[in-house]
Amino acid sequence: MRGLGKSYPAVKGRRGAPGTPAVRATDGVELAVRRGEVFGLLGPNGAGKSTLVRQLTGLLRPDTGSVEILGHDIVRYPERAARLLAYLGQESSALDELTVSLAAETTGRLRGLEVTRARAERDAVLEELGLTPIAGRPLKKLSGGQRRLACLAAALVGERPLLVLDEPTTGMDPVARRAVWAAVDRRRAERGTTVLLVTHNVIEAETVLDRVAVLDQGRVIACDTPAGLKEQVAGEVRVELVWRERAPLEVPEVTALRERAVESGRRWTLRLAPEEARAVVATVTGGAAFAALDDFTLATPSLEDVYLALGGAARQGLVKA
Amino acid sequence: MSVVPAEVLPGGAPAVTETARGAAELGPPARLWPSLAAVYRAQLSRARVARIPLLFVATFQSVGIAVMMRGVVDSGSEAESVVAGSSVLVVAYVALNLLSQYFGQLRASGGLDHYATLPVPPAAVVLGAAAAYASFTVPGTLVTAAFGCALFGLPVANLWVLLAVIPLAGAALSGLGAACGLLAPRPELATLLGQLGMSAALLLGVLPADRMPEIVRLARDLLPSTYGVEAYARTFEAHPDWAVVLVDLGVCAGVGVVSLAVATWAYRRAAVR
Repeated sequence: MRGLGKSYPAVKGRRGAPGTPAVRATDGVELAVRRGEVFGLLGPNGAGKSTLVRQLTGLLRPDTGSVEILGHDIVRYPERAARLLAYLGQESSALDELTVSLAAETTGRLRGLEVTRARAERDAVLEELGLTPIAGRPLKKLSGGQRRLACLAAALVGERPLLVLDEPTTGMDPVARRAVWAAVDRRRAERGTTVLLVTHNVIEAETVLDRVAVLDQGRVIACDTPAGLKEQVAGEVRVELVWRERAPLEVPEVTALRERAVESGRRWTLRLAPEEARAVVATVTGGAAFAALDDFTLATPSLEDVYLALGGAARQGLVKA
Repeated sequence: MSVVPAEVLPGGAPAVTETARGAAELGPPARLWPSLAAVYRAQLSRARVARIPLLFVATFQSVGIAVMMRGVVDSGSEAESVVAGSSVLVVAYVALNLLSQYFGQLRASGGLDHYATLPVPPAAVVLGAAAAYASFTVPGTLVTAAFGCALFGLPVANLWVLLAVIPLAGAALSGLGAACGLLAPRPELATLLGQLGMSAALLLGVLPADRMPEIVRLARDLLPSTYGVEAYARTFEAHPDWAVVLVDLGVCAGVGVVSLAVATWAYRRAAVR
């Protein structure tokens, strides 16, 4: 991380999708991403992540607010976004029928590189991501993960100080994932590249992100380091109980637990203070309840729990005041 | 492993304080011709993967129409317009129909985002794709023309004029196709428009105009491919009136410039909403 400061996308957007004017995909979002940081956007489907990214990359004009990237006003000069950032979208349809090698080279050339430079960078990036053996194959014929990796290769050809990656590792095997994060880390270490990452994958988010913003219904409901966010629910542990057939509601302690549990079939999920959790475990592992218990787990909070706990109106009762 | 000289790196020096922060250096914009060449090359390579069966269909369809018309039309001026019409039909099928489908699908699937987040001039994307699709039509058009000439016993001496007809009619029709694909709100509509355009080129271009009612002739005059057909048909004569051929080609070129400009505008509009 380099200094304080700045790649600085502060977005205040409001966007009514055409035809459904009541929808605000991003609603007064304000974020500041520091230079050289791997910053994550986490949120459920429809939270406004993609809209936010489209506003950031100059693809969508925000109705209100401003976006500033590395000192450039993107709302006023949206065409500058393309010269500051590389964007990996979720769609590969523009590259699908090209070979991996040509996709990377063409993208490099369209990013303003000379032919020889584009080819040199293409070779280096393909080698780095382990794509050289399949360089001659069309993207269409590759598996989902390989195709994603090839698109990432295209995004990395032609140096950019900001990478905007929308779910880059979807469908990838662990080897490919590692190659992705190694490539991202190298760029950050060597060139101070800033990375903005959109993700669903909370486990990955926990390991690679410096900071994360949780989006819900177009608003930022939390923004901190993964550890900082976890501290917000640190007082709680998660207890999961799986009953054999049904919950033994004849046991009064179990009946009392029911109103605090999130039920999903035979599975109950509870968020409890540690001493309560101990009591619950003692209850269900002894006596009448134990006969009905199939399995149980006790876990410290993960980003997943934060994500759920902060998840907004749909999960009322889970939000810790 | 990717090697980039340090001096091109914006923010290479650690930014220290808020006040010291300066705007990062912008990456280079892609210039029109190199990026046009890159798009053209990429689009052309797609032919190997996805387009060859369709090009075969385009050629086969035109050859089939020429054969069918052989049963109706004797040689003479009507035969000339059949051969010219079925040859230019290949251009209409590929440049108008397929390109409008391609852009329609690209737009609907979000594929335009890829180009829109690269510093490439919109004209390069549109012209590169249009030029590639026009190039796809070259073999099919030549095959159809040669076959038609053999079938109707027409001279092949002026076949070379196709080298002017293909790019100019190609420009006009692919511009139209790209504009349809980029402006249509849904990909199915883009496909529909492309198909309709091609059907119009088929019906109005291949059938001899003399027997048509006035309104159909007017529609024929409005279709840019007609001028390509006429330019080519005129060259079958023993002493072609080259001035009129040039005028016809000029109309194609003019429509091409306008339709490509519209397509470029449509691309801009579709890419950034």
